[in-house]
Amino acid sequence: MFKKAWRTFKDGSWQNQIDVRDFISKNYTPYHGSNDFLTNTTPRTVALMDKLDSLLKIEAEKGVLDIDTEHASSVLAYKPGYLDKSNEIIFGLQTDAPLKRGVSPFGGIRMAEVACQAYGYQLSDRLKDIFHNYRTTHNDGVFRVYTDQMRQVRASGLITGLPDAYGRGRIIGDYRRVALYGIARIIEDKKKDQYHLGCQEMSQDNIRLLEEVYQQINFLERLADMAASYGFDITRPAENAIEATQWTYFAYLGAIKEQNGAAMSFGRVSTFLDIYIERDFAEGTLTEPQAQEIIDQLVIKLRMARQLRTPEYNELFAGDPTWVTEAVGGMGEDGRTLVTKNSFRILNTLFNLGQAPEPNLTVLWSKNLPEEFKRFCAKVSIETDSIQYENDDLMRPMFGDDYGIACCVSAMKIGKQMQYFGARANLPKVLLTALNGGRNEFTGEFVAPEMPPISDDILDFDVVIKRLYDYMDWLCELYVNTMNVIHYMHDKYSYEKLQMGLHDTDVKRFMAFGIAGLSVLADSLSAIKYATVRPVRDKSGLIIDFEIEGDFPKFGNDDDRVDLIANKIVEDFYTGLKKYPTYRDAEHTLSLLTITSNVVYGKKTGSTPDGRKSGEPFAPGANPMHNRDTSGALASLNSVAKLPYEACLDGISCTFSVTPQILGSSISEQVDNLVNILDGYFDHKGHHINVNVLNRERLLDAMENPEKYPNLTIRVSGYAVNFHRLNKSQQMEVLARTFHNTI
Amino acid sequence: MTTSGEEIKGYVHSIETMGTLDGPGTRCIVFMQGCPLRCNYCHNPDTWQMRTNDLYSANELFSKVARYKSYFGKKGGVTVSGGEPLAQAEFVNEFFAICRQEKIHTVLDTAGFELNDSVMKVLENTDLVLLDIKHTDPAKYHLLTGGNLTIVLDFLDYITSKNIDFWVRQVIVPGNNDTETDILALSKLLQGRPSLKRIELLAFHQMAMDKWHKLGLDYHLKEIAPPDENIMASLREVLVKQGLPTKIM
Repeated sequence: MFKKAWRTFKDGSWQNQIDVRDFISKNYTPYHGSNDFLTNTTPRTVALMDKLDSLLKIEAEKGVLDIDTEHASSVLAYKPGYLDKSNEIIFGLQTDAPLKRGVSPFGGIRMAEVACQAYGYQLSDRLKDIFHNYRTTHNDGVFRVYTDQMRQVRASGLITGLPDAYGRGRIIGDYRRVALYGIARIIEDKKKDQYHLGCQEMSQDNIRLLEEVYQQINFLERLADMAASYGFDITRPAENAIEATQWTYFAYLGAIKEQNGAAMSFGRVSTFLDIYIERDFAEGTLTEPQAQEIIDQLVIKLRMARQLRTPEYNELFAGDPTWVTEAVGGMGEDGRTLVTKNSFRILNTLFNLGQAPEPNLTVLWSKNLPEEFKRFCAKVSIETDSIQYENDDLMRPMFGDDYGIACCVSAMKIGKQMQYFGARANLPKVLLTALNGGRNEFTGEFVAPEMPPISDDILDFDVVIKRLYDYMDWLCELYVNTMNVIHYMHDKYSYEKLQMGLHDTDVKRFMAFGIAGLSVLADSLSAIKYATVRPVRDKSGLIIDFEIEGDFPKFGNDDDRVDLIANKIVEDFYTGLKKYPTYRDAEHTLSLLTITSNVVYGKKTGSTPDGRKSGEPFAPGANPMHNRDTSGALASLNSVAKLPYEACLDGISCTFSVTPQILGSSISEQVDNLVNILDGYFDHKGHHINVNVLNRERLLDAMENPEKYPNLTIRVSGYAVNFHRLNKSQQMEVLARTFHNTI
Repeated sequence: MTTSGEEIKGYVHSIETMGTLDGPGTRCIVFMQGCPLRCNYCHNPDTWQMRTNDLYSANELFSKVARYKSYFGKKGGVTVSGGEPLAQAEFVNEFFAICRQEKIHTVLDTAGFELNDSVMKVLENTDLVLLDIKHTDPAKYHLLTGGNLTIVLDFLDYITSKNIDFWVRQVIVPGNNDTETDILALSKLLQGRPSLKRIELLAFHQMAMDKWHKLGLDYHLKEIAPPDENIMASLREVLVKQGLPTKIM
């Protein structure tokens, strides 16, 4: 069995134990050339994409295309489904029909019911009966244990977005293992682990793990059955490129059938698959257009991943995201680049199939990446706005050279590390609560322990800091404890059986905390320190607004006076969290990431001492507040790059927007300059950057939602201006003129 | 600006940390304060006054822009613009000298309105000049800027003779310099200058109107519409046809 599948592969320890990294390292072919070899997609793939596009149109009108309300989604819940069987070469759908969504009540039955109702469906009586009367969900478990304080901190919005009513996600199965080893071998190894665990003391921890391994094996068997229903035997390893792709996709498909995780990444697959493609090339059984077709069809399938969620959830995250993140490129620990031809092919899908947010293609950037690859990435960014970049030189020392990115920015060794996702704390709101001695700034009700409110006419920096830290410490303890409850219950009632079956049994766990509104807090503290800030109180003494007199340094201008305030908050909050022990000894980590929830966090937060008015959005992730970074885009990037990654191992997200015109006057100059910006930002130890090279439609959107497009710089016939510094009518004028040659 | 024994200080209006249009590659743009000209379409009238805003020593300014060195790539660097940087030539020279030492590419964005010993020193430390020739007719030039075209022509001849790389830029204002005749005159002036690397015709726009109003200045171009993209293209075509061996943008 292995002899045929592994023919011509170079030997290594990967043959004796499950070690995909060793296999890749011994067998891949680094590629330093250009994108010249890339091909267009095939007619049948075009036809398939057309079919999908027509379904996507209907889905966009209705919200969902269809819902299966009869089954609880799992690996074997549905009969095989096809998009257009005659044109497909990679098979497998989440339910029995394309884009039809399954219901996953294991996270919470009410969420599933509400989601069905929102789109005009009713969950079947059978499922309602089972999950209301017989089966405990994750959500049930959590709320059985939540204390009053935990409920309050959640309701008041001091901590928001906790995964207590939905699947936590942020776990990446090593889906490649199924292709390289086949299910039978993976189960064999798991059974060995089972035996060894059985020899140990039957402590609570060990019993729990043993039951988990039982479930892992059980679901790996079901995965093989699922593949068999499509006519494939994945108990054996894959023997060529198309099988390797199909096997890997089946594993991912099983995972998204089994779990409705908030963000379920694909991993780091393209270079792995390149090994099979190169072998097929050498054996004369595959051509370049066929290789591209396989990747195009894989990506079509990944673009069809769907989960049933409530409209509120989709509003929070601007659309219907699934975060099928695929990490591309990076460098090996031995100094060779991990870029292969297949790294180009997967980016090329954005041209062959059109731009799309999924899969979430994430380039792992290193200063040592091949120049041709850097330039190709920049070209893809400029033309599609569809890729993000993360600093491989920063992450490799921490996570080795076979890590993936869960969701947007969370690095983890594939198959060896996982995380307990924990949303984020709204720190500007904590500041307001602190100033008000524990009262909510809208309602005046106590949402935190009572202290005398700050009664000064002018806020004093030292007084405010001390008070803020009192409340931050209170929040850290509560935050860790709340997370412990959530993840205990998720493990108990909605364990990721298949995904964890594709991890080592002895897995390293992170517990990922987060901060929202860092730049608002940093600017608020800077205003209190460098300007004069007078609280405005209502009759009951509640601080409801602030008057600010004088100027103050603002985050985003490469000005240490305020940038170091931001750094200190991050470091101290992280230290505060680490004081409190976590469930299953997970390692505390922290992120500065909001995706698009910064708008909702802002809505739920009163006026802040930086001059931001009640309800106004925060900046996204670690971004400076829009319009306050007045020293140009690079100063803004330098401020973000300064934030300490060591305290934010779960990621620091930055969004960067620029028009093609401002990047340079020809495509070649634009590519050069974008490469320079990425090299420079990552040289400054920036962690992550979303690159928006905007067209006209996006500028229209930018007028309505300026917070979504920080640093937006535009070219006005030879000059550069910040878009947000123009008044409305000037913006209209720019819109009327800047684009007429390019659109 | 210098007093003997004291360090030279420069009046800086502002720093734009990401510029990709004022010179090659990714650049840091330093806008100097102060300008002897009063062009009626000026984009930055807030830089006219000589002594306002931040005072920097050359070293202080350098340490500020050096923070962006890793973004410059192979072609980028620093551009000093304004205002008119040559109004503070000694300061700019000192700043450029440090940039040269640190192997940072230097661009001088100027109207060429001064040619004295200090300016010549600046040019020794300049890798590329962006020369804004506002008009080729002396009377119209005076009307437009309040200045004397002869100095600009001397400046142009000087950088040509020293073989310093330069780009020429001209803002096209309808009714002022948007005819074929105007462009032919420009082309004639620029023939036979081997270090000329690029000509950029920039369309006049109304973005600066607010700035003029805020400064309480009289703005005379309120009624002028920006030139049509087709006219810009045809003017560029006129230049191309004259066979100048350079990039026309």
